[in-house]
Formats: sequence, C-alpha cells, structure tokens
Amino acid sequence: MSYFSDIYEGIKTLLTGMSVTGKYFITSRKGAITQQYPDNRETLKMFDRFRGEVIMPHNEDNEHRCTGCQKCEIACPNGTIEIIWDRGIDEETGKKKKKIDQFVYHLSMCTMCGLCIDVCPTDAIEWGQNFENSVYDRTTLTRVLNEPNSKLMPGVED
Amino acid sequence: MILLSITENIHNWLFSVMPAEVASIVEMVLIAVVYLTVFAVAGLFLVLLERRVAAWFQLRIGPNRVGYQGLLQTMADAIKLLTKELVGTDRADKFLYNLAPYFVIITALMALAVIPFSQEFHAFDINIGIFFLIAISSIGVIGILLGGWSSNNKFAMIGAMRSGVQTISYELSVGLSLLTMVVITGTLQLSEIIEIQKSGWLIVQGHIPAVIAFMVFMISGTAETNRAPFDMVEAESELGAGFHTEYSGMKFAYFFLAEFINMFIIAAIAATVFFGGWLSPFGITESIPELGVFWFLIKTMVLVFLMMWFRWTFPRLRVDQLLTLEWKYLLPINLVNIVLMAVLVWLNLTIRL
Repeated sequence: MSYFSDIYEGIKTLLTGMSVTGKYFITSRKGAITQQYPDNRETLKMFDRFRGEVIMPHNEDNEHRCTGCQKCEIACPNGTIEIIWDRGIDEETGKKKKKIDQFVYHLSMCTMCGLCIDVCPTDAIEWGQNFENSVYDRTTLTRVLNEPNSKLMPGVED
Repeated sequence: MILLSITENIHNWLFSVMPAEVASIVEMVLIAVVYLTVFAVAGLFLVLLERRVAAWFQLRIGPNRVGYQGLLQTMADAIKLLTKELVGTDRADKFLYNLAPYFVIITALMALAVIPFSQEFHAFDINIGIFFLIAISSIGVIGILLGGWSSNNKFAMIGAMRSGVQTISYELSVGLSLLTMVVITGTLQLSEIIEIQKSGWLIVQGHIPAVIAFMVFMISGTAETNRAPFDMVEAESELGAGFHTEYSGMKFAYFFLAEFINMFIIAAIAATVFFGGWLSPFGITESIPELGVFWFLIKTMVLVFLMMWFRWTFPRLRVDQLLTLEWKYLLPINLVNIVLMAVLVWLNLTIRL
C-alpha cells in the first residue's frame, strides 16, 4: 500500500519546495543578489577576499614595508613583478644597504594567483579590491607600486 | 455595455455601407486582427512576466532597463528577432520546415477564440466549447513534431518524439479532469458553464473531487504546454533547444510566443472552468459587467503565476518518471475522481450557494 503514501509524500515534498521558492519570491526585493553596477558605483564595496590587483599600502609618512628582497619577483610564475633596486647609504647606520627604487607591476600579465602576496615576508603587498581595470592603452597597466620618494618603514627589517 | 454598444455600432455601420456577405467577411477579418493583436501583446507581456518572476524566484532583479521596469524589453527583443536572418538547414524538408511554426501558432489562436474574456468579448461561443478546446490543443503537437522531423537534426528529432509521447499521454488527463467538471455542469458550452457558476464557482460546488480535478488539470496542463518540470521537449541541458534547435529569427519567435500563449490558454481554461471565468468573487461587481475582463485576467494571471512557480521550483523529470506519473498516478486518480463526482452529483451533494 505504498501507492497512497507515495502520493502523500510526493505532494508534501512538492509543497515544501514551493514554500522555499515562495519565500525567496517574497523577500527577493530586499535581498536581491544582483548589483546594479554603474548606478551604485559610489556605494559599491567589493568584499575583502576579492582579487582585483596587487597594491602596496603606504602609511601617512609615505613609508612602505618593502625591503626589496625580490622573493615576490622569484615567486611570480609569469614575470609580472619587476623590482628595480639600488644600494643606498642607510641614514641611521651609515652602511650600504639594498633598497627598492621602483616596484614595477604589470597588471596586464598578472593572473591573480597570489603567490607574491603569500611569499612576502614583510606583508608589503596585498590585494586591492579595484576591478575597473579596462583602459584604452595597455601601457597604462604597467604600474609602479611604491610612491615617489617613499622609503622603508623603520623596524620592518628587525 | 459600452464595449457591447461599440461592437454593435460597428456591426450596424458595416451592414449599412456594404452588402451582407462582404460585411460579414470584413467583420471576421476585423475580429481576427483583434485576436492577433491580443495574441502578440499577451505573448510579449507573458515573456516579460516570466523573466521578471524567474528573476525574483532566484533572488535576482531581471530586465528593468528598457522602458519603465523593463516593460519594453520584450518588444525590443521581438523587433530584433524580426530583423534577423532566417537560417535553414541543409537537406531539411523545406516545406514542412516552414509550415511547422504556423501549425503551432494557428492552433494557439483557435483555442484563444473560444475562451470567454467577458460576457461580450467572446468570439466563438459554440455548444461543444470544451470538446473543441481539448481537440485543438492536441493539434499543436503536430507543429512540434513537424518542426522536429523536418529540421534534419537529431536533437530536434528527439525533442519532437518526446513531445509526442508526452502530449499523447497527458492529453488524457487534461480531457478527463475537464470531463469531471462537465459532469457537474452538464454542458460543454463555455458561456453556459460560467452561467452555472453564478451559484458558486465550480471548485466550491464540486468541493473534494473538483479540487482533485483542478490539481490534475494544472499538472497535466503544465505538461501539455511543455513547460518545466515537463520540458523534456526542449531540455536545454540535453538537447540544445529541442525541436526548435534549427529555427532562427521570427520562426523561432513564433514557437516561443505560442508556448507562452498556450500557458495563458491552459490558465484561462482553468480560470473559466474552476474559478468562474469573468464572474466576480461573491458577485461584488455584478452591476458593472465591464469589469468581467478584469476579473478574468486576474484569475488567469494568478494561475499563470502558479505555473511559473512550478517552473522555477521543480527539477525536470526523466522520461520514465514522466510516463509513470501519468499512467500510474494521474490517470487512475482521474478515473476514480470522475466516478466520485458522478456519485456526488447523483446524490445531490454539491454545494450551491
């Protein structure tokens, strides 16, 4: 006699499914997942884990955390990062020391694999959430991540 | 009454300016044009409704850019399809290939003609209304079969054959569930069926067997229109686009529109037979007959929404599950139900207000 219980179970499960989608239908106006992108450009905030581009944060004194160790350059599988470095005199100790001149980042070659960020010993670079990367000229995708005249944050190397 | 007087005036004016035979033909052409317009507008509106409702079920927003809230979206799509090239296949049966969309569209239009939109807006009130509807709705599958067969494409062929299996099976349930209601009404004429419902909608009059008949009708009606969860015919993930894989441009649009009009027709039949058609609930606007169209459309839209709810909730059935559902469940239930209804009518257990 599973015939009638089958019918009962069938109708019950169908109604359960319909109640689930019905709830979605009623709440969809508030909880829509879709972002109406160009309209909400000002308020749109990408989630923290979004991999848009590699950035190098600077503090207010225009200091970054990159020591120029070049581990990211070695880790990068497709030559996206190019570090142009120089030996300069350290003001405090007076010794000659390696420091970066330009941290060149080719966004056009980057696959957002994140190996450079994983490998960085001083957390100098991290993910930026900007995604509006389309440009008319691809040379503009080659960026220098350290600001001009920026220097190494003291205490990073210790 | 205003509507009636307008049509009356046109009728009198036509017969005064030309001989009777010519006037009759002109009238027929005018009515055909009106119905074609209704067909196109309703089809486009339903496509938009489907897309918006689907979006809301999936927590999306849906098309809302073209016109206010996307109202002109489907209009723009139709214009785009009109301007597209009609690409055919090599070694296709050209005659049948071109004929198939018209089969589908003409049957949909013929079914539309017998549906009473209101007391006056009723093109073709024949005494075998329901019988005519059942007969016509099963001709539509010939268009699908022809389209699939003549496309010279295996996906189209499989889709068309599945459609044949499905429609022949579910035709029985549609017919029997409507016959269950005919047991109460004792007439097949749609205007009289509505007349009888002035003492309570049939779903109230027939209570338990009527509710069962309504459920069976909605399930088999959804299957008749080849919509999900019974969209074996199109089955995007298995067959490309099924029977209309090889159709492009406006011919594709004909199939697409006809599918939505068929959905409207199934909902309209259900609204007419079970929920009193253009009658207002509890006769609240009985003194204003112009509102008949409004009530009819409200009821139909609620049922159309129910079918969309099915579509965006349930997964697609396999072919064997499809046939099991029909032959092992719906058909026996239906046969028992029709006897139950007959007993109910015999013992006078129907509820009349």
